[in-house]
Amino acid sequence: MTALQGAALLVVVTAGTAIVFVGDPLRQALVLSVYGVALTLLFFVVQAPDVALSELVVGGVGMPVIILAALRKLGQHETADERDEEGGQ
Amino acid sequence: MSRRGRLLLFGGAGPLLLAVLLIGLHGLPAFGDFRGAYGLLVDRVEPARRHATDIVTALNFDLRAFDTLGEEFILFASVTGVALLLRHLRDEDEATRPSRTLADHRFAGASDATRVLSLVLIPLLVSLGVYLALHGALTPGGGFQAGVVLAAGPLAILLAGRYLALKRVAPRWALEALHAIGATAYAVIGLGGLIFATTYLENFLPLGTSGHLLSAGMMPLNSIAVGLEVTGAFLLTWTEFTDQDLLVSRGEL
Repeated sequence: MTALQGAALLVVVTAGTAIVFVGDPLRQALVLSVYGVALTLLFFVVQAPDVALSELVVGGVGMPVIILAALRKLGQHETADERDEEGGQ
Repeated sequence: MSRRGRLLLFGGAGPLLLAVLLIGLHGLPAFGDFRGAYGLLVDRVEPARRHATDIVTALNFDLRAFDTLGEEFILFASVTGVALLLRHLRDEDEATRPSRTLADHRFAGASDATRVLSLVLIPLLVSLGVYLALHGALTPGGGFQAGVVLAAGPLAILLAGRYLALKRVAPRWALEALHAIGATAYAVIGLGGLIFATTYLENFLPLGTSGHLLSAGMMPLNSIAVGLEVTGAFLLTWTEFTDQDLLVSRGEL
């Protein structure tokens, strides 16, 4: 294992752990994007550029966008529910 | 379960898992020590057999072409499923509120810096995507990679806060067509093998000179077909999700 590969592995471990410890789902979506880029780096230094290219978009952009969209929708449902409850009282 | 209960459970299961992992890791070959015969064989055989220089693409479109067909239709079916589920909600809504237009779909303004960045990103992403699709058989890349990069280009318009422009550049009917044509094209190219060669998905085009743009038989065609399908699939998924958001933000669901 070269130093570069070791460093990339370390970045992946750090980013993966960070996702777990960042509690807020909104922030988690963004850290997930960073994790995707870290994985891309790892795939690249272990000579899998084909996989790296896919991971760059899928992990770096694709998944966070869908999570963000889902969170937005959930958040709006919650505020709508709260409004309904207040209206009922 | 209480926090104490969970910690107790982890205290028991954690070390056990660690022990099993350590035993497993101990038996692994050293880092970078490759012992598979298949990889070495493919590396040697495929450049001579199909004149492809990117072995990953050669695997996807030649040796495992049928697997790729399956994977393509997995993507096709799942994205169609997402569109069906989400669109059902929207159409129910649209029937009762015909007055809503695209102009109502608006995101909060993005900063000037973000908009300049996405303006720079769009041409770069699109040209990289086209490059990846065309050079699939030569350099790392190929259909799927090209597709996701191409789809990320229009997504940058969304990043710039111009959802309306995204809908104009990539209307739903165009994405659906792209998605369907790409998936069909791969299957139809495979039929060429059945007609002009011996079996389904067998190469039937001239192999050309190794390293040239038009080489490796039908791999460039496969690459373009998959690229189109993946672009359509990703953009369709993203826009379906963002459409849902915008409906919700107007309090219509």
